[in-house]
Amino acid sequence: MSDQPKSLFDKVWEKHIVEDESADRPAVLYIDLHLVHEVTSPQAFSAIEERGLKVRRPDRTFATLDHSTPTLPPNEKGERPYFTADAKNQVETLERNTKNHGVKLFGWGSENRGVVHVMGPEMGLTQPGMTVVCGDSHTSTHGAFGCIAFGIGTSEVGHVLATQCLAQRKPKTMRITVTGELQAGVSGKDVALTIINRLGFGGGTGYALEYCGPVIDALDMEGRMTVCNLSIEAGARCGMIAPDQKTIEWLRGRAYVPSDYEAAATEWLKLKSDDGAVFDDEITIDGSVIEPMATWGTTPDQGAPISQAVPVASNENEAKALKYMHFGGGDARGLAKVDVVFIGSCTNGRMADLRAAAEIMKGRHIAEGVRMLVVPGSEQVRAEAVAEGLDKIFTDAGAEWRLPGCSMCIAMNGDFVQPGQLAVSTSNRNFEGRQGPGARTVLASPATAAASAIAGHITDPRTYLQSA
Amino acid sequence: MASNQEPINTFSSRIAVLPEANIDTDQIIPARFLTTTSRKGLGVAAFNDWRYEKDGTPKPDFILNTIDPEEHRVLVGGNNFGCGSSREHAPWALTDYGFKAVISTEIADIFTSNSLKNGLLPIVVTPEIHENLLKNPQQRVTIDLESNELRLEDGTVFIFKIEAFARQCLLEGVDAMGWLINRLPAIETYENEHAA
Ligand code: SF4
Repeated sequence: MSDQPKSLFDKVWEKHIVEDESADRPAVLYIDLHLVHEVTSPQAFSAIEERGLKVRRPDRTFATLDHSTPTLPPNEKGERPYFTADAKNQVETLERNTKNHGVKLFGWGSENRGVVHVMGPEMGLTQPGMTVVCGDSHTSTHGAFGCIAFGIGTSEVGHVLATQCLAQRKPKTMRITVTGELQAGVSGKDVALTIINRLGFGGGTGYALEYCGPVIDALDMEGRMTVCNLSIEAGARCGMIAPDQKTIEWLRGRAYVPSDYEAAATEWLKLKSDDGAVFDDEITIDGSVIEPMATWGTTPDQGAPISQAVPVASNENEAKALKYMHFGGGDARGLAKVDVVFIGSCTNGRMADLRAAAEIMKGRHIAEGVRMLVVPGSEQVRAEAVAEGLDKIFTDAGAEWRLPGCSMCIAMNGDFVQPGQLAVSTSNRNFEGRQGPGARTVLASPATAAASAIAGHITDPRTYLQSA
Repeated sequence: MASNQEPINTFSSRIAVLPEANIDTDQIIPARFLTTTSRKGLGVAAFNDWRYEKDGTPKPDFILNTIDPEEHRVLVGGNNFGCGSSREHAPWALTDYGFKAVISTEIADIFTSNSLKNGLLPIVVTPEIHENLLKNPQQRVTIDLESNELRLEDGTVFIFKIEAFARQCLLEGVDAMGWLINRLPAIETYENEHAA
């Protein structure tokens, strides 16, 4: 049994089994790291308190404030411009809950506050081989470090707070190999949108994905996080990438990494799937033909290269999406006038993302009538971007430079796209109304978002990279 | 053990059909309603942006505004229901409205898990059964969790799959947190063996 080749997923899964599953019982899976934010946790804290319980492992539980938080600074009196009293209450509830339970909160005033999936890795809390959960579907992001990382509902947040475990069935596994070499101007986001397009919106349901192949190897850690982040948009339970030397170098020196780093790193390198490991499903994608992508519909799988015309609807569902988006099948992508550009989120709010956008925006100005928000994914990203002068490039170009948070990705903090407006966004969901009631969202990479802001319409970033 | 919900076994109900494919959790409950710190009261906001005009008046022809929730306990969605965000507010909103089951050809993982913990039965059916439901939206169906049967009005019987433990929790009103808490001795042993 033990000589049987194992996948990365199998290795991490097996190591965390407290009790194995049987026909009538799920496995009890141990959780190494539990990340918490203000939106999906209040009812979970109440649930354990109703039973008279405390958070069982506060040392494995870390919280931050990101979703309901304003991205504009406080006024002279120090009051934050919360969108609603409920939003403020939610933030204060987490401040109170973490204090009562001895949980570390990277809250207001912390130089480590950030969108939960940006904060975890950059603090070195996320480490290869861990199980990571959060009451948030994009927890799949942490899979970029070789973790089994998945989103859970609030009831399960309560389970982990109370027991540090979850009752889970083992998902099926799928290996996605991306071959070849990416063209210049093509990013991890374009790879991810291509994969989701291929799998379909629910095509990953019931699966843990493993991404591999030369394109994945060549991506930087930020690009890998973007790819894993979007696993959930194909419906997958989680997505993972085997740790390699890049992973080790990226994590080295971060706040919470193990003190005997070399020993840990040696173990991490053993996690990769063994030769001959078996997967329930396999797909291969030719990375060399991937182009800058943009979505045209209202689910993340409804995307296509920007160089191609908007597709003609082939079913009712696509027709409904095109109608909502006000796109005509067969129209050139560049016809659509852009009103809003958003750069940020746990998908694309990291340094590499801001640098890619800044490279295009440097010395240029956004088109008239475009409103652009650049929202760093964390305080660390913000500080680093300011040190590099990226904030200046963005504001000189006419964009707004905001405080870290989820912002327009989920539009629950007051940063809305207005009804009917077209937004090019580096976030992860183009659902109807995701960025505000009636908002029309096009998902794309940071470079594409920046190029579209400059041109005022959906634009292939290579237009500017070539002329630079 | 304490329970989050009433035990479910058999019930009959008329269906409410929302034939759109890919109904995601942002449609079921838009993000701006997530600032609540309670599980209750979200039913009025279920499908808010499809259900109300901008000024808040209910759209007269939207199904949730036309039916009696007491009579319609089963929601039939288009293909691939419940994708997107992990927000448990989605099943909270649906159960608060009055639903006890959701039927589709595919139901997202996290939504399934969240529903099962809130007494909302996610039932995945074949395209044929799905079509029967979409084409006969006036029908009354029976859901029998003892026998895993979904019985349609024309007599068709469909055996649905449901994870065994979740089924037991629903039938007996057992709650999963209590079950995990009973595993604490094993969890402590695991922690001792794996202490770094
Ligand atoms: S940035 Fe968007 S997707 Fe990421 S955690 Fe925040 S709201 Fe969720």
